[in-house]
Amino acid sequence: MRALRSSSKPAANPSSYPPLSRKITNYVMLSLTGLCTVLVVSVLLTILVYLLWNGMHALNLNFFTKLPAPVGQSGGGVSNAIVGTLKLLALASAIGVPIGLLGGIYLSEFAGGWSAFTVRYTTDLLNGVPSVVMGIFVYTLVVLPMHHFSTLAGGIALGIMMIPIALRSTEDFLRAVPRSLREGGLALGASKSETIFTIVIPAAIYGIITGIMLDIARVAGETAPLLFTAFGNQFKSPGWLQPTASLPVVIYNYAISPYDDWHQQAWAAGFVLLSGLLVVSIIARVILARGKKLSHG
Amino acid sequence: MKTLMKPFDLSQLSKAHEVRFAGNASIEEQLPWPQFTVADLNFFYGRQQALKNINLIVPNQRVTAFIGPSGCGKTTLLRTFNRMNETIPGTRCEGSIRLGERDLFSIPATTLRRVVGMVFQKPSPFPKSIFDNVAYGLRLGQRLRRKEIAEKVEQSLRRAALWDEVKDKLNQSANGISGGQQQRLCIARALAVDPEVLLLDEPCSALDPISTAKIEDLLFELKNSCTIIIVTHNMLQAARVADYVGFFLSGELIELNRAKQIFQNPEKQETQDYITGRFG
Repeated sequence: MRALRSSSKPAANPSSYPPLSRKITNYVMLSLTGLCTVLVVSVLLTILVYLLWNGMHALNLNFFTKLPAPVGQSGGGVSNAIVGTLKLLALASAIGVPIGLLGGIYLSEFAGGWSAFTVRYTTDLLNGVPSVVMGIFVYTLVVLPMHHFSTLAGGIALGIMMIPIALRSTEDFLRAVPRSLREGGLALGASKSETIFTIVIPAAIYGIITGIMLDIARVAGETAPLLFTAFGNQFKSPGWLQPTASLPVVIYNYAISPYDDWHQQAWAAGFVLLSGLLVVSIIARVILARGKKLSHG
Repeated sequence: MKTLMKPFDLSQLSKAHEVRFAGNASIEEQLPWPQFTVADLNFFYGRQQALKNINLIVPNQRVTAFIGPSGCGKTTLLRTFNRMNETIPGTRCEGSIRLGERDLFSIPATTLRRVVGMVFQKPSPFPKSIFDNVAYGLRLGQRLRRKEIAEKVEQSLRRAALWDEVKDKLNQSANGISGGQQQRLCIARALAVDPEVLLLDEPCSALDPISTAKIEDLLFELKNSCTIIIVTHNMLQAARVADYVGFFLSGELIELNRAKQIFQNPEKQETQDYITGRFG
């Protein structure tokens, strides 16, 4: 070592290392990545600010509590659409979450070879089905036999759309549970299903909940499937069998209308929907972070 | 399912297929009984044979160490004792293993694993509280009263020499304690269901020397109530803790004998080469 050092040139001045060309490359790449980050974040911020700016005048208490007012009358709101969206999401979750959850557990823990391939492949295909097609599918399946649009049909359409993501995210989070935990359970005399339900699922539960919340947030903004199923409604929609208003459809209808009042309400509805989704996904991230913290002490 | 068998002749340790039990136990010490009797055991991962024609006896209430280079099959053999290998798809096991006098493979796996407990190489506490980790095995398949569980948890933690360190934080996450404590927690967890045998798969390889010493002390205590089989890469550890040592090489049992014999005067040249570091 000593011989090697003495035979080499004296150590270069630290300030000239690394060489200038590498420093420049470093700065250029760093600024490029920084620029991309700013671009991505600014798109979201721009949308939020733009929505707020244009919808500000329509955003008041009435907006949340009143029914839509006839054209030309001021003071209308979209309370029916807010309630409608919540009902649709509740129904969609009641359908999509159990199927996705159980399917994910099956795929991660029990399925092998051929059946796993089939389930995984069909789920991925289902995820790729355009939402309009899903709307028409449920239209044929539910709306036609019932002879009218309904919350039920809308909920089913959104529920089916939830399945692929709920299923695959559940599967992914279960798979991420280390084998050592499963073996630890088995080695204590737990059966396979006892191990899954008392160790594997609890270990992955925060991730699973996060995945499902993000899934709900994703379908909350779907418009196309609702046009054929929940349709829309100017009034409250009692029960589950009547057509119902929903925020995405209200935005669509108001935005293509020729009235300024309605345009403003569409902006406001967009802002409410987007903020709702933001809040949900922030909560989801917090849950995931909390879960990580818990399982790492 | 306490094993009741006659003592056996020590010269038969690695020749279970022709074992004859010695009727008279007063040779130089009270001789142990066979806890496991393995005969003509072959084990395959798919097409690859991991264990070749293993014959051996594991004495009860003693510490038996399996040593050998990586991939020699010692862990595979350990995992056949509680049928953990069956959880890996594509594995096949031929031959016979007796636990005491019973055929190991006739015992349902979930029952067997309560009799033959296991501690793994990497501490793997469940993401639950310290208390719930130890109580996990107790709550499976049986209804115990809260008080009984609490007593058993305390007793197990004491046996694992962990009670004093965790008694004030039983409800905290088991992931918050040190690696050495986690490994002792895993031992406590296995002890809670009163196993007859404790299998340890390189339990100290991820631990510092102080934690290792604590676990080794623990093994001395435990062998009064348990049969212990430990797989280790550390020959000094085998020499410190084991009463009997088995040396494995490429899936074969080369030699199984008293630890002293193995380390001072092994019968086989391969054993000699391995323990003196001239191997390979």
